Amino acid sequence: MTAVGSKCRVCKAPAVIDLPRHNAHFCAEHLQQLCRRQMAKAIDDFDMFDADDRILVAVSGGKDSLAVWDMLIEAGYQADGLYIGLGIGEYSTESGGYVRRFADERRLNLLTIDLRVDYGYDVPTASRATGRVPCSACGLSKRRLFDQAARDGGYDVVVTGHNLDDEAAVLFGNTLRWDIDYLARQLPVLPATNGFPKKAKPLVRLTEREMAAWCLVRGIDYVVEECPIAAGNKHLSYKESLNAVEAKSPGAKASFYLGFLERMAPLLAGHSAAAAGELNACTRCGSPTTGEVCAFCRLVEKASAQEPVPVEMVLARSGPRGGANGRRR
Amino acid sequence: MKVLLRNPRREIEVDGGQSVNRLLDDLELNREAHLVICNGTLVPGDAVLTDDDVIEVRPVISGGAG
Repeated sequence: MTAVGSKCRVCKAPAVIDLPRHNAHFCAEHLQQLCRRQMAKAIDDFDMFDADDRILVAVSGGKDSLAVWDMLIEAGYQADGLYIGLGIGEYSTESGGYVRRFADERRLNLLTIDLRVDYGYDVPTASRATGRVPCSACGLSKRRLFDQAARDGGYDVVVTGHNLDDEAAVLFGNTLRWDIDYLARQLPVLPATNGFPKKAKPLVRLTEREMAAWCLVRGIDYVVEECPIAAGNKHLSYKESLNAVEAKSPGAKASFYLGFLERMAPLLAGHSAAAAGELNACTRCGSPTTGEVCAFCRLVEKASAQEPVPVEMVLARSGPRGGANGRRR
Repeated sequence: MKVLLRNPRREIEVDGGQSVNRLLDDLELNREAHLVICNGTLVPGDAVLTDDDVIEVRPVISGGAG
């Protein structure tokens, strides 16, 4: 490589990354400074948690969840990790390896759950047994198990690695449908209510590209390959559309999502409270649910009774059908 | 120069003497959705690549969440 022309905006050292939305280049050190400040601002602005809180980080082996765990530990927070083995063939085996190595190298406390071992099913089998698209079965399982682990472990908050691109894509999908219930609940922090633990997304001010860069300059190995089942889902197509806009208009994604939080979310706050509704305790597991038996217990009952389905058998189905993840609370 | 691409993983040979941004444009890859690593180091869009460089174009978009 020949000499790089661009310099870091802060120190004038050779830059490692250009960030058009900031109209600036940064060296590795000042890229990290930017990321730290953006995360701290999100935590502070949305009153996510404080130094005394015990945090449970949902880790997948991908860049975002490992980055947020790394950033929280570096900032002095008490953060343990929880990894769920989803049984998505080699992808899950590889992802779990990255998480375990990350935790071992830093001597962090990692909790693990294996769907097949602990609950008698995996995501491909759950998808086939319930008729849910794989991303839906996956999301339901993860949400329920993270909630339970937080309650059982006495954690104050569950943290996920959702970033600006994730939230902008979900907002885009919810807006296309004008799904007011989902829009009203699409917030970077959700308080503990009705038996659900508090949830927070400290990376909402940072893009996927910035998080991948964080991992690279920090020497964090993560699973780069895409989940084979997620390929082709709506969430990805929304991200591609927004990145096409971003390429023409840097800062558009941040303006779209952060503008929603600042100017639209307050108008929907009353709707959010009204939509919360009354919840019962699941008669089987005790988790909060709108019915008698929660969706997770129904999924486990169906999926654990079925012979294991190889991941290859759901691949052909998941692409063309578009998958889930187009909307999320 | 050798260029490693992902999803699916594959390697292609490309002429050097072009910038990172030009490489991404030629490959029809969105700059917002990729990072470029040259000889193991992250490089910005205006870095000029040479024939001897080993390049990885790493996608940063994930379909799940976190």
